[in-house]
Amino acid sequence: MELTNWGRYPSIETTLHACRSEGDLRAILSDDKKIIPRGLGRCYGDSALNSDILSTLHLNCFRAFDEGTGELTCEGGVTLEDILYLFVPRGWFLPVTPGTRFITVGGAVASDVHGKNHHAAGALSRHIRGLKVMLASGETIFCSRDENEEFFHATCGGMGLTGIILEATFRLIRIPTAFIRQETVRAADLDEIMNLFETSSDWTYSVAWIDCMARGGRRGRSILMRGEHARMEELPGRKIAEARMYGKNSHMTVPCDFPSLSLNRFSVRAFNEIYYRKTRHGISRSITGLDAFFYPLDGILQWNRIYGKRGFTQYQFVLPKESSREGLDTILGVIAEFGQGSFLAVLKLFGKQEGLLNFPREGYTLALDFPIRDGLFEVLDRLDAVVLDYGGRHYLTKDARMAKETFHKGYPNAGRFAEIKKRYDPDGKFQSLQSRRLGI
Amino acid sequence: MEYALIIGAKSDIGRALAARYARAGYNLYLAARKSEELTREADNLRIRYNVRVATLEFDLLDTGNHEEIYKQLSPRPAGTICVAGYLGDQKIAEIDFSEARKIIDTNFTGWVSLLNIIAEDYESSGSGFIIGISSVAGDRGRRSNTIYGSSKAAFTTYLSGLRHRLHSSGVVVLTVKPGFVRTRMTEGMDLPEKLTAKPEEVAEDVFRAHRKARAIVYTRWYWRWIMWVITRMPDRLFQRISI
Ligand SMILES: Cc1cc2nc3c(=O)[nH]c(=O)nc-3n(C[C@H](O)[C@H](O)[C@H](O)COP(=O)(O)OP(=O)(O)OC[C@H]3O[C@@H](n4cnc5c(N)ncnc54)[C@H](O)[C@@H]3O)c2cc1C
Ligand SMILES: NC(=O)c1ccc[n+]([C@@H]2O[C@H](COP(=O)([O-])OP(=O)(O)OC[C@H]3O[C@@H](n4cnc5c(N)ncnc54)[C@H](OP(=O)(O)O)[C@@H]3O)[C@@H](O)[C@H]2O)c1
Repeated sequence: MELTNWGRYPSIETTLHACRSEGDLRAILSDDKKIIPRGLGRCYGDSALNSDILSTLHLNCFRAFDEGTGELTCEGGVTLEDILYLFVPRGWFLPVTPGTRFITVGGAVASDVHGKNHHAAGALSRHIRGLKVMLASGETIFCSRDENEEFFHATCGGMGLTGIILEATFRLIRIPTAFIRQETVRAADLDEIMNLFETSSDWTYSVAWIDCMARGGRRGRSILMRGEHARMEELPGRKIAEARMYGKNSHMTVPCDFPSLSLNRFSVRAFNEIYYRKTRHGISRSITGLDAFFYPLDGILQWNRIYGKRGFTQYQFVLPKESSREGLDTILGVIAEFGQGSFLAVLKLFGKQEGLLNFPREGYTLALDFPIRDGLFEVLDRLDAVVLDYGGRHYLTKDARMAKETFHKGYPNAGRFAEIKKRYDPDGKFQSLQSRRLGI
Repeated sequence: MEYALIIGAKSDIGRALAARYARAGYNLYLAARKSEELTREADNLRIRYNVRVATLEFDLLDTGNHEEIYKQLSPRPAGTICVAGYLGDQKIAEIDFSEARKIIDTNFTGWVSLLNIIAEDYESSGSGFIIGISSVAGDRGRRSNTIYGSSKAAFTTYLSGLRHRLHSSGVVVLTVKPGFVRTRMTEGMDLPEKLTAKPEEVAEDVFRAHRKARAIVYTRWYWRWIMWVITRMPDRLFQRISI
């Protein structure tokens, strides 16, 4: 079958093997095909693509839950949506969540996803207490910070290249209500938004939408959103009855591929202008639902179609904190000049983190979408060079095109990862289009 | 709360039904071959729905054990949901009788053995429900499934007889006729996407039909009309179409 991930680029012919038990997995692994595990295919590029793919979606059992501590053990194919529906009404929430709930736990661990609380809570790996993984040999092992430690660190953020994550154990966090107390603050330029991130460091959640088409003195103008889980007494009266409710929301579906003309520099500029202006000066406060705060895009199913048939790519990088100011300024300049930026550009300040293939490190990360066009990759190559110059790197789970050298410069620990992988997967059974392209 | 017994609990439709009935508050007995593989699902259902779940080893072809296995269930299940089935390989079944027999024995003989015991029990206690997953394939024989189709036809007819027999004892018997469903059984088959249901939809349809005490439910619903046309097609026309 023809398959793509979320960016709908690239697209390849594959065989998808569905697995319902460890026995099924072993049977597939015993063949000498190269294979990559796949969850919900929400990575944007080619991380979860290969000519043979192992789908984990049927491996979706909850295995244990401790009502006292919130410790949950579930299989790799359980989705974040599943967890939320079950546990939010019981007063629990994910310790870390990305901007969509349509992903699996296995995919979340393999990309070591981060959320709006990275500066406070780290990436998901910080919360993982243990993993059960099936190796290329068909053997299963447990790993954690105390047991098979190296393998544990390689598997968190390891992009499915060390083995199949069968089960993960982590603690949910207690929440008082299913609402967020949110503040929205407008920032006129880059200095202002960077200042805001610094002064918002006590907030649990913070993220900014940035207008990457703004030029001159407006370069970097943004809207910061910061939030805390709302306490019961902070809810307006009419919301108290639904304080713990979390149900299936209504949503729209994008019915077809938009013609690629519909997103051009004019429409994006106009959108950005309106979006920026609709936020008032100063601070606006509100109480919003978890979905509206964490998953605004999940309300529109298949929104990836708005970029047209050729698909799109999300460009996400992080710069070290020291060089962020200058680096962002330069990069925003190149993007505005190129004039093909997207509505959805997101800026965030990460806290400290180390790792092998894990993406986050202390500094600013910027993510934006580009529809695939002729000439796009040349521009992105130019951006890559700037990102590397400033000591940054790119997020593997979003990438579909970077060069091998770019990857290796950005990830100095890639060699250590490769050594560990070699020990646990000597024949290189787990491979993806991406791992071959980047020589991981 | 009462227990429902699900036979074929590892199947995709069986899992969906277990979840649906657990969501409605039923405790569950999950039965399958290699029942140790049901531990995962049992944990899952307990955590998701806060119900009691027990697993048991059961093979439809092992008819000698059926009575003993059923009798040791305590408490007795208030309802039995029959999901296990075997599609087999039509081509092999045409030349190798042992394959044909396996299809017939799984889809028909095995159920007669077990349901005779259960019907007796429900009849004497004057309560209970039996849900059988048959198939639209049993409505009219086709060259691509002569054995599977006829085994399902036999099962459908058996269920219809049970319904007649148990009606006066207040025991509900529901015959389920799914059309195409996306499961392990149909994996890799080129099914028309628009006509193919997810196991969860089948489970929902079954649960609703059961609530309404229906006798027969097609799922998705339009298969009733598709099969209405197919079963009424004159033979001369039927011979010429390939379905
Ligand atoms: C709208 C949207 C918003 C997003 N926001 C964020 C964000 O804020 N922060 C962030 O960090 N990410 C974000 N992402 C990216 C997303 O969280 C990751 O790509 C995630 O890995 C997708 O999970 P998946 O289940 O879809 O995995 P897939 O896309 O199927 O696979 C992703 C990777 O995980 C591996 N994998 C999957 N399952 C397993 C398994 N069981 N065992 C081993 N390896 C496995 C695959 O091999 C592949 O390398 C966003 C994506 C979208 C579409
Ligand atoms: N999928 C469709 O399109 C479709 C359409 C109409 C009707 N149906 C019917 O729906 C039912 C469920 O099938 P499914 O689609 O969910 O496919 P499935 O996942 O392949 O389920 C079939 C199940 O039957 C079990 N089974 C086979 N022989 C058995 C035996 N001797 N004893 C006990 N269990 C046995 C199998 O158990 P193991 O795991 O041990 O092999 C398996 O779990 C079947 O009766 C099928 O005929 C399906």
